[in-house]
Amino acid sequence: MTDDAPTNDGQRFDRLPETPADREVEGRASRAEVLDWWDERFGIEREVFEGYSFWEKGAGKVWIFNGETTDPSEVEAIGMTFLRTRQEHWKPTGRAVSRFGSRATKNVIELDPERASRFAAGDDQDLPEWDGDWGYLIATHEVAGESVPIGVGLYLYDELRSVVPKGSRADLPVVE
Amino acid sequence: MNPLDRYESLVDDVDAFRAACDRPLPSVVRTNRIAATPARVREAFDEGGVAHEPVDWHDGLFRLPDGNPGGNWPYVHGWTHGQEEVSVLPTLALDPRPGERVWDACAAPGSKTTQIADAMDDEGTLVANDNNLGRLSALRHNAERLGITNAVVTNQDARNFSTRPLAFDEFDRALVDAPCSCEGTCRKNPDVLDEWTLDHVHAVAGIQKGVLARAVQATRPGGVVVYSTCTFAPEENEAVLDHVLANEDCELVEFDLPLETDPGVTEWDGETYDESVTRAKRIYPHRNDTGGFFCAKLRVGGNKDTGVGA
Repeated sequence: MTDDAPTNDGQRFDRLPETPADREVEGRASRAEVLDWWDERFGIEREVFEGYSFWEKGAGKVWIFNGETTDPSEVEAIGMTFLRTRQEHWKPTGRAVSRFGSRATKNVIELDPERASRFAAGDDQDLPEWDGDWGYLIATHEVAGESVPIGVGLYLYDELRSVVPKGSRADLPVVE
Repeated sequence: MNPLDRYESLVDDVDAFRAACDRPLPSVVRTNRIAATPARVREAFDEGGVAHEPVDWHDGLFRLPDGNPGGNWPYVHGWTHGQEEVSVLPTLALDPRPGERVWDACAAPGSKTTQIADAMDDEGTLVANDNNLGRLSALRHNAERLGITNAVVTNQDARNFSTRPLAFDEFDRALVDAPCSCEGTCRKNPDVLDEWTLDHVHAVAGIQKGVLARAVQATRPGGVVVYSTCTFAPEENEAVLDHVLANEDCELVEFDLPLETDPGVTEWDGETYDESVTRAKRIYPHRNDTGGFFCAKLRVGGNKDTGVGA
C-alpha cells in the first residue's frame, strides 16, 4: 500500500465495493462480505438485500439505503445504520435487527415475557440453558402470536448481555 | 392578546370554536405499516392491556386515553409513532406512491416524513430536509426507529435547496409543512398562544413564501406540492398561496380529506386573495374535535399529460 492510496474519510458516505477484489480503501467491508455475513450469522438470504446499496461513514459504520444513489458527500444520512465493521466481530445494529431480523433462521434467542422486559430495559441476565453460538444474537419474544425481534444481545459465559442502546431502552410491563 | 380572538370572524360557531380550543387532546399513535398492520397493533395493545380507541376516519390511528404512547411493546418495535390526528392530513393530500421521488422540505422531527415513507412502502427516494441540525437528530432517530431505509436526510435552507447531492434534479411530489405560528396546536401546547406575535406572523410568512416557491420550482411539471401549517392566520396560509400562484407556474387543485373542513378565505384584513384559494382546506378544532390545521394541494404547471394524479 502506497502513501497515496485512498483512505476512509469518516465524515462522508462512500459506497461499499462490490467484492474484496474491488476494494480501494483499506479495511472497508465489501457488499459481498456484508451479505455473506448476514447469511452465515443469521441465515438471512442474500436476496433479501438485493435492491439495497451499502455505504460506510465513520470508522466501520455501514448504512443500508433503498433509494436512488446519490453523491452523498453533503448529506446527513442515507437510509439507516445497519452494521458495525472494522472490528473482529461485526455487530448488527438494533434497528437492522428490528427491520430484517424476523427473517433470521439461526442465532436467534426467544425470550419469555419476563426476560423480554428485562432485555428491553438493558439488563444483562444469566442464561446458562442457551447451547448455541456465542457472540451477537437476535433476541426475540412473542407478540400477538408471532415472534418479533427486540434487539441485539451478546452471549458470553452463560450470560445474555443486552446491547440495546441507552436511548432505546424501555421499562415495559411483563406481557404474559 | 389571545390570537384566537382575531379568527372569530372566520368561524361559524365562535363558542364551539373557543370551547374546543380549551380542551386538551388525547394521545394518538399512527400505525407504521412498514412494520405492522393496524390489526396486529390492536392485538398487541389488547394483549398488553393498553387502552385504545379507533379513529373513525383513519384505520391506522389509535387514541390512547391513558396516554404514555411510548410505554408499550408496539412502540418499542417501531409499529407505532405518536402523531396528532390532523398531522396525518398533508400526507393523505400528497398521496405519495412507491418508487417516486419525494421531498419533505421542512421535515423535522419527522412525523410526516415517516408517514410518507410508509405510504411509499419504503421504496423510491424520500429526501427529508430541515435547516435545524438539532431537530434533524430527532428525525433521524424516528426514521431509524420505524425502520425506514429510503430516506436521504439533508440540512439545507429549503428556500435555496440544492439538488446537487441527489441522483436527480426534480421531484414527483413535495411537502411544505411550514414553520408557522402554531395556534392550531394550542390544545396540546397552550403556550403557543402566549408566545404569539403579529411580527412573527409577518416574518415567518416571508419564509413560507420562499420555501413554497422553491418546492414548486423543484417539482416536475404535472407533479404535486402540498402546503400545510398548523396556524389559522390567513397571512401564513391563503396569502402565501396567493403569492406563489402569482409568481410560480402552478395552480391549486380540488382534493378530498376524510373529515369536515372549511374552504380557504379570499379576504382578510383588507387584502383579497386569488379566488382559487377556496380550494384549500381549513380544519377548525370544533368541527372534528381535533387540533387546528390548514392544507392546500398544488399542481405544478407544464404539460397536463404528465400528471401524477393531482
